[in-house]
Amino acid sequence: MAMTMTQKILAAHAGLESVKAGDLIEAKLDLVLGNDVTTPVAVDVFDKAGFTKIFDKDKIAIVLDHYTPCKDIKSAELCHTARTFARRFSITNFFDVGQVGIEHALLPEKGLVGPGDCIIGADSHTCTYGALGAFSTGVGSTDMAAGMAMGENWFKVPSAIRVERKGKYQPYVSGKDVILHLIGLIGVDGALYKSLEFTGDGVAELSMDDRFTIANMAIEAGAKNGIFPVDEKTLAYVKGRFPREPKIYQADPDAEYEQTVTIDLSALEPTVSLPHLPSNTRTVAQVKGTPIDQVVIGSCTNGRISDMRIAAQILKGRKVADGVRCIVIPATQAVYKQCIAEGLTEIFIDAGCAVSTPTCGPCLGGHMGCMCAGERAVATTNRNFVGRMGHVKSEVILASPAVAAASAVAGAVAAPTDL
Amino acid sequence: MVTGKVFKFGDNVDTDVIIPARYLNAPSPEELAKHCMEDIDPAFVGKVHQGDIMVGGANFGCGSSREHAPIAIQASGVACVIAASFARIFYRNAINIGFPILECPEAAQAIGNGDTVSVDFSTGVIRDETTGQTFQAAAFPAFINRIIDKGGLLKYLKARQDG
Ligand code: SF4
Repeated sequence: MAMTMTQKILAAHAGLESVKAGDLIEAKLDLVLGNDVTTPVAVDVFDKAGFTKIFDKDKIAIVLDHYTPCKDIKSAELCHTARTFARRFSITNFFDVGQVGIEHALLPEKGLVGPGDCIIGADSHTCTYGALGAFSTGVGSTDMAAGMAMGENWFKVPSAIRVERKGKYQPYVSGKDVILHLIGLIGVDGALYKSLEFTGDGVAELSMDDRFTIANMAIEAGAKNGIFPVDEKTLAYVKGRFPREPKIYQADPDAEYEQTVTIDLSALEPTVSLPHLPSNTRTVAQVKGTPIDQVVIGSCTNGRISDMRIAAQILKGRKVADGVRCIVIPATQAVYKQCIAEGLTEIFIDAGCAVSTPTCGPCLGGHMGCMCAGERAVATTNRNFVGRMGHVKSEVILASPAVAAASAVAGAVAAPTDL
Repeated sequence: MVTGKVFKFGDNVDTDVIIPARYLNAPSPEELAKHCMEDIDPAFVGKVHQGDIMVGGANFGCGSSREHAPIAIQASGVACVIAASFARIFYRNAINIGFPILECPEAAQAIGNGDTVSVDFSTGVIRDETTGQTFQAAAFPAFINRIIDKGGLLKYLKARQDG
């Protein structure tokens, strides 16, 4: 039976010859992830169920990134619960303030995830690691607890949609524009329960950072996971980080796909998603001039070094417009240091941006940039739901770092070429 | 078998409106329940009774992986959710906490807000007592039934570990 790339990874981890879409299987896990919001719930259900052992202290990652450095007493209590659990079981990959980065940028950077892995995380954007050719998917806290206790979990084997890329980008177009465009095409439930498998000549064109951004937002199309083939760029990225042997799985040539979507990179323009759904896409040209109050550059979608570089390139020698707050948040300590080393931090500060230690912060309306009623932001984050960055009457427009930086300067939605 | 009054919502009800992120640090299901659906229907919490039924359109529960969402709905007293389709993680989370949810596009469309509806989990039959219409939802596969029967994934796994 021909299998997709995702199906092959699942079959291998379930110890089965083959699987097909719809099968219910139990598969072994290579890593189980949680954060400061989801881990405390997992700890609670783990304890209440009477578990006293974890399956492997090296295969659990706990990352305190959402409300840290803690914004209030309740958040401090959540972190305390997660921290105490990590100490109790000597969990190796526990990241607290000072080491912490946004989980989905941090784990690949630290080499904790790699090609061929089967990973669950109690965070919906766990699908990010598909960029490395892993099966990874977001689950809830009970799943996390089950994973931590048993090192396995249940899955319904997904069917798949193939996304073919061809051509080369125009200037200032990036992975974010690709994925926003795709979500606009297929809708927020266009890939519900399914895998998005990215193929085609265009893939080789994409940098690893672009692939992380694209895989990150697979969930915004409802997908169970998004996955890229493993190529030289993947292997170069994991070399020296990922301690295990990368396992390369390829989709069978006759694997079944429910649908094939083709995206011509050369025809893509800078794209944004208007409130309040990621599928509400427009080209920047269509909505240019929409006034804004805030810009956020960061998150697990676009807080990596290439994102910082393009934002700095646009902000260099320019000023954030009067009346706009621009908040820049490098996703990890390594990205933060690199920004300092390359002089990007100075460019941001000179332009009038606030630069912060890694945190999810404003992305989920936690802290570091909540908005009141009537305010509007352009953000490089991944969700623009009602109330996502603060008040239910505030609005978020999703965009690439290039568009976000240009908008900060213009004081309104703008492309870099508009400046 | 449950019978209750229906609270009907539209398509793409996301986890941010089910339980807004600003309340995620609430310490208990009861506290979460106080803010359930607040951003879409602030009066919901005051109106819902134990055993009532929530009906949604397509892609119910989309958005973040927060298990707080089905926990908040369950703790608000709702006995089950019927929707045209569910977001994947919400589906998983609900099953894993032993909270029954049924996918049935016909029922989700036909049932009206305020109708009285009864649901038989063992057969998947949904009956709108107000209109007399009946609907058949897909029954759960055996694997998932075992998890719900045990009261959730962890109880099921613990029982397995204890042999
Ligand atoms: S940056 Fe935003 S989307 Fe990413 S993990 Fe943090 S809260 Fe979630």
